[in-house]
Amino acid sequence: MIPELGHFALILALAVALVQGTLPLVGASRGDLRLMALGRTAALTQAFLVLLAFGALTQAYVTSDFSVLNVVDNSHSAKPLLYKISGVWGNHEGSMLLWALILALFGAAVAIFGNNLPDTLRSRVLAIQALIGVGFLAFLLFTSNPFQRVFPAPPDGNGLNPLLQDPGLAFHPPLLYLGYVGFSVTYAFAIAALLEGRVDAAWARWVRPWALAAWCFLTLGIALGSWWAYYILGWGGFWFWDPVENASLMPWLAGTALLHSAIVVEKRDALKSWTVLLALLAFSLSLLGTFLVRSGVLTSVHAFAQDPARGMFILAFLLFVTGGGLALYAWRAPQLQGGGLFQPVSREGALILNNLLLCTLAATVLLGTLYPLFLDLLTGNKVSVGPPFFNATFVPLCAPLFAALCVGPFLGWKRAELWPALMRLRIALVVSLAAIVVAMTMIDSRSTLAALAFGFGVWLIVGSLASLSDRVRSGTLRTIPRSTLGMVISHAALGVVVLGSVATSSWNTELMHTMKPGDRVDFAGYSVLLERMDEVRGPNYIAERATLNVSVGGKPYTVLQPERRLFTVQRRQVAETAIQTNLLRDFYATLGEGNPQQGWVIRLYLNPLAPWIWLGAALCALGGFVSLSDRRLRIGAPSRKPALQPAE
Amino acid sequence: MRRLLFILPLLTLALMAGFFAWSLTSGRDPASIGSVVVGRPAPKLDLPALRPGEPPLTDESLRTGKPVIVNFFASWCTPCLAEHPLFTRLREREGATIVGIAWKNKRDDATAWLKKLGDPFKLAGLDLDGKTGLDWGLSGVPETYLIDGAGIVRRHYRGPITERDLNETILPFLKGAVK
Repeated sequence: MIPELGHFALILALAVALVQGTLPLVGASRGDLRLMALGRTAALTQAFLVLLAFGALTQAYVTSDFSVLNVVDNSHSAKPLLYKISGVWGNHEGSMLLWALILALFGAAVAIFGNNLPDTLRSRVLAIQALIGVGFLAFLLFTSNPFQRVFPAPPDGNGLNPLLQDPGLAFHPPLLYLGYVGFSVTYAFAIAALLEGRVDAAWARWVRPWALAAWCFLTLGIALGSWWAYYILGWGGFWFWDPVENASLMPWLAGTALLHSAIVVEKRDALKSWTVLLALLAFSLSLLGTFLVRSGVLTSVHAFAQDPARGMFILAFLLFVTGGGLALYAWRAPQLQGGGLFQPVSREGALILNNLLLCTLAATVLLGTLYPLFLDLLTGNKVSVGPPFFNATFVPLCAPLFAALCVGPFLGWKRAELWPALMRLRIALVVSLAAIVVAMTMIDSRSTLAALAFGFGVWLIVGSLASLSDRVRSGTLRTIPRSTLGMVISHAALGVVVLGSVATSSWNTELMHTMKPGDRVDFAGYSVLLERMDEVRGPNYIAERATLNVSVGGKPYTVLQPERRLFTVQRRQVAETAIQTNLLRDFYATLGEGNPQQGWVIRLYLNPLAPWIWLGAALCALGGFVSLSDRRLRIGAPSRKPALQPAE
Repeated sequence: MRRLLFILPLLTLALMAGFFAWSLTSGRDPASIGSVVVGRPAPKLDLPALRPGEPPLTDESLRTGKPVIVNFFASWCTPCLAEHPLFTRLREREGATIVGIAWKNKRDDATAWLKKLGDPFKLAGLDLDGKTGLDWGLSGVPETYLIDGAGIVRRHYRGPITERDLNETILPFLKGAVK
């Protein structure tokens, strides 16, 4: 009964979305207030209905209702409750429902928090949101119904993909979707602006919080995914340039560019059509990512059930949304007139450089991801584009970006001098040069590039904090606008990420050793003893567990217990790494294949600064949230008054 | 000119979408890597027998005039465990001729593994140093080759064979439907 209610709620939601996607648009063009007001009610109703459907599916998972096909395929009664719940979105249908839910919730958020928006703009934004929702709800109902029943109901389910049975993975998709779908709001704002033919400072101020919120969630989602890959795949790496990782990185890069260019629109009334394009692209790239993952045109570790028919539907939808948006852009954007003039060396100039580099990065990732597909189709050659390509293209492009990042905030609007800005950064410059020298002489003299990259990390941190130095001196640190504080935090956090990734990938130590219980091995100053091997039973798996006693200079230091879990229902093995961290480095151990006669393969890694990668990413998102709490964004009344924030 | 610049994003999208549609309708499998041995005579084979007392595995072992399935496996390989029941079924129900080659595997380990799980192989060889695997263009185990009566390789599966492979290509091949 409850699954049918869920199904019914979903159908009703589609009907409401159709109303929400059409009538307010008509109202906005005719100036009919009653039709426009419909948008708000419809957005709230639609969110309620999709929430009901999602609740119904969750109920089926929690109670292990095996008369629902989706539950049979992806759950099992022996699964812990957390994974029963995360199983809801650990599959194609459920994750699409989560997507539709978040979309509807964002629509409701616009309806609730959009009081300060002009009626026409708000109703247009809500209508565009609803039209996107129509696509997803129709996709769910017509090709991927999560409420499909099965008769007779089997006694138990097939279980969730063991790789997904992990706390990190339980929250990775919701966060990622909050990011992807959050950009639907900026997309809707862009379309509404093109329809109205008006992009101004007020528009930019309304768009920015939504872009910022989406960006924060996407940052967290990507970081969580990378952290998961780090500790569960057991390869010691944290980013693999897998097509699906790339799919999430592209909207992040476009979204980052959007955050920065929207500032120029807000403060200087320039870069209008470019900002609108970025708002369209951030969401389009999110959809492209979905298409690449779900359609099966590329292979990846994230294999959802892949089906060409679904692929065609998503492609058609992608074409409709992106193509429609870009066509409207080609038609209306040339009429957007920019006002502000500025010199190349200025805050605007620095932000343009930032945008150019970020978009080049996004294009590079796009090319590297799609090149194998294009080449295969055109010539039949199979190639795989992996880390060497991205290391040779992506990383060098980061250098000018990072170099300019610290200088930009010191440049004034319209026209600025480079030299005074650099003088104010002289301490940061000296400190980072010193860091390069230290890295080259004391850590690793072979890798000049790693030392340089390390220096860039230090530069980002010290250079970002340098912009606070004046306020510290004048004692006005407390009155700093939240948006400036957020910027400093995020910029410095990027430096933390850079330090973590450079140190982990360049200066790590690893050892692969076959050991039997009682064997001892020396590793990077530690002595590691394989004390014993145990067989342990989890709720739905059996595992081999190694107990490694790590000691330094004869004194016990820590105990690591890596496992290999065999999930009994799916007969699939998953490595559970053991990580001991002191926040400066990770001691990382994984257990490989083995048997009592020949011993087990044990891999040990010492990853310096590895925790900083995720710590930095979390800080980066925190900076975004701090900026989001700025008064200016909450009090969104359009004003032409000079900005509160001094242009420093 | 300026106008053209604004149309550029749309054109890029159209180009990409064209490729995607082509890719979706071409029926290609992005996971397949391609193989240098398909369409050619089976590479050289000269291996000692895996099971004691049996004749060695040579080129002649494959030229029986009937289709032969060659499977590279190892006792240390988990995916091999997954595909093993399918070979047992092929042998028992379809009477297929299956040649097994233990790759980089100790003789005792491989024979013990087969003893435990059942032995579907009509002939079995041992490629201890992995050189024959190199000749066959092997990238790991398990990999499986379909060889027709004339000794020509017709198909090459990388990774474990699946129920779908069995139904869609292997069974039709054994019945002579796939050339």
